[in-house]
Amino acid sequence: MLNPLATAAGATVETRAGPPPAPPMSERSEAPPVPGPDAESRAWVVGLRAAGPPREEFSRRLHDLLLRASRFEMNRRKGSHPHLRGGDLDDLAHQAANDALFAILGKLDTYRGDSRFTTWAYKFALLEAAVKLRRRAWQGREVPIEPDHWSVIAGRSESPAAEAESNELLGSISSAIETELSPHQREVLVAVALNEVPIDVLAERLNTTRGALYKTIHDARKKLRAQLAEEGLRFEEDELESTGLTS
Amino acid sequence: MSGTPMQDETRLLKRLLGPAGPELTCEECFEQLDRYVELELSGADADAAVPGMRAHLEGCPACGEDHRSLRALVEAERETA
Repeated sequence: MLNPLATAAGATVETRAGPPPAPPMSERSEAPPVPGPDAESRAWVVGLRAAGPPREEFSRRLHDLLLRASRFEMNRRKGSHPHLRGGDLDDLAHQAANDALFAILGKLDTYRGDSRFTTWAYKFALLEAAVKLRRRAWQGREVPIEPDHWSVIAGRSESPAAEAESNELLGSISSAIETELSPHQREVLVAVALNEVPIDVLAERLNTTRGALYKTIHDARKKLRAQLAEEGLRFEEDELESTGLTS
Repeated sequence: MSGTPMQDETRLLKRLLGPAGPELTCEECFEQLDRYVELELSGADADAAVPGMRAHLEGCPACGEDHRSLRALVEAERETA
């Protein structure tokens, strides 16, 4: 049976890139205790902390692993980006693997051994791959920051009770967006939550980070919820079920 | 928007209002993501071990996607191990 990871990457060879043998103790640097839940994870850390050829060999193996993870991510998302060709996706996968390797080597001392080393490393590759793919997909496109489809959404409920409830909620939210949020909160919330601009794309355009933008969204949501509460309105999914707002 | 009008409205309300409870930041989410996924796949109570993670994954579309991808990759790897 083919390895699904290899298949996802368009490869045909079943591989699972484990670490090479750990370097001899004499080649290991004086380092703090090696974290890791298993011997393989600890071998990765020891190898990547080593000097010279052993470190190069571990870095090469790690790059192979990260490239496979990046290709896995490209394969998962390629259906959403039909305009991107296979060559484009593989270029992005290589870039993601390179950047992930750089990040991991710079943050190796933050690995605490709470998970297997490979799981820890994969998250860097998947993050880089996803961000690169989203940014490529939005390259050259204008980021909409106005609520251009608000009117399309509002007032389309299928039952009178649900319609009344959702219209009241959406009407109050619409007003609160205008009156309670700062211009920056409004711009970010509308772009990400209403117009579905990927947060990484918006972060790049605004020269900030995903975390900083999400904090802005979090604060904006708190203001909206507080305003709804003041008006005696609440949004909870279980309540929506009872009113028929969920499917 | 790709579902029924009702689904679209619910999705829109969720995106606008986000999760009700406390949640992690994006940085904390990334820091804990590998541990959380391994706990999930081992059958442990990942949400109890990492409070605020579930809410953040529901509130942040990008971190939610990162979570689904890491979980899928580790699952696929384990199936072939």
